[in-house]
Amino acid sequence: MAWDLGGRALTSRLITGTGGATSLDIMRRVLAATGSQVTTVAMRRVGHYALGGGSLLDVIQQAGAEILPNTAGCHTAAEALLTARLAREALETDWVKLEVVADDKTLLPDSVELLDAARKLVADGFTVLPYTNDDPVLARHLEQAGCAAVMPLGSPIGSGLGIRNPHNIAMIVEQASVPVILDAGIGTASDAALAMELGCAGVLIASAITRAAEPEMMALAMKLAVEAGHAACGAGRIERRWHAALASSPAEGLPSL
Amino acid sequence: MTGTVSITVNGEPRDVRAGTSVAQLIKCVTDQDKGIAVAVNGEVMPRREWPVIGLADRDQVEVVTAVQGG
Repeated sequence: MAWDLGGRALTSRLITGTGGATSLDIMRRVLAATGSQVTTVAMRRVGHYALGGGSLLDVIQQAGAEILPNTAGCHTAAEALLTARLAREALETDWVKLEVVADDKTLLPDSVELLDAARKLVADGFTVLPYTNDDPVLARHLEQAGCAAVMPLGSPIGSGLGIRNPHNIAMIVEQASVPVILDAGIGTASDAALAMELGCAGVLIASAITRAAEPEMMALAMKLAVEAGHAACGAGRIERRWHAALASSPAEGLPSL
Repeated sequence: MTGTVSITVNGEPRDVRAGTSVAQLIKCVTDQDKGIAVAVNGEVMPRREWPVIGLADRDQVEVVTAVQGG
């Protein structure tokens, strides 16, 4: 079933980050195993990273994935604006995963700079996908600013701590009329499934796949988890009860033994 | 030095011949053609204008590309 992200119809709900892959071959196999149609990159000075440049772009293109540049490393709205404009020029896309972090220890979003950057980028014609705190109020502001999605964290980037506040994620989903994409903190498949069960439209995963002992196997696990969680969300789970409420086998006709 | 301008490219000081264009500088900095962008003094330079933009003394140039990143 297709869903819409920034005007593009997608079938895969797993967005893959390229960060952390130890070789382009692993990246290629991860993209194939996830079936991701969107994948992120960062913008850095030429010549500083072996896994960058034209060859990385070729791998993404061959995988048939849409490229989503991020503004990782930016601490202010001004830095994010320039980085997004450089990405637009280099990669010919108006999509941007907006990251404005407060410090390098937590990598938590700086809410004030983030909202300022989002407004400026929307005004400049970008399709803005902001990495945000799990704060329903901030998510609402970002949507009102014209963002094409909101991407709350489950826990800090790369922490693998999963979704620390599922209730907040559910509240963000409940009020949002743009897609909600769980963006950070996923550690293993059950975290991705939970995000989808909470009603997220998709998840974005980098480290949990690329830094797993077997990245390709984890890529497949995440793909299946996202599909399973999405199906479960649509299927409508049974209510939680304190005690057994209704036996699943008939009570009548029990033989006397 | 006569006939040269002193600029900074990706944080490194560099002397280039006066009148050097952005396009000429890029060729010296990277073999890569696609997937790169250039900012001069904090302003993105559109690719089509690279051949006609001359570099001036003390220009701060950033040449970037896409790399792995979450």
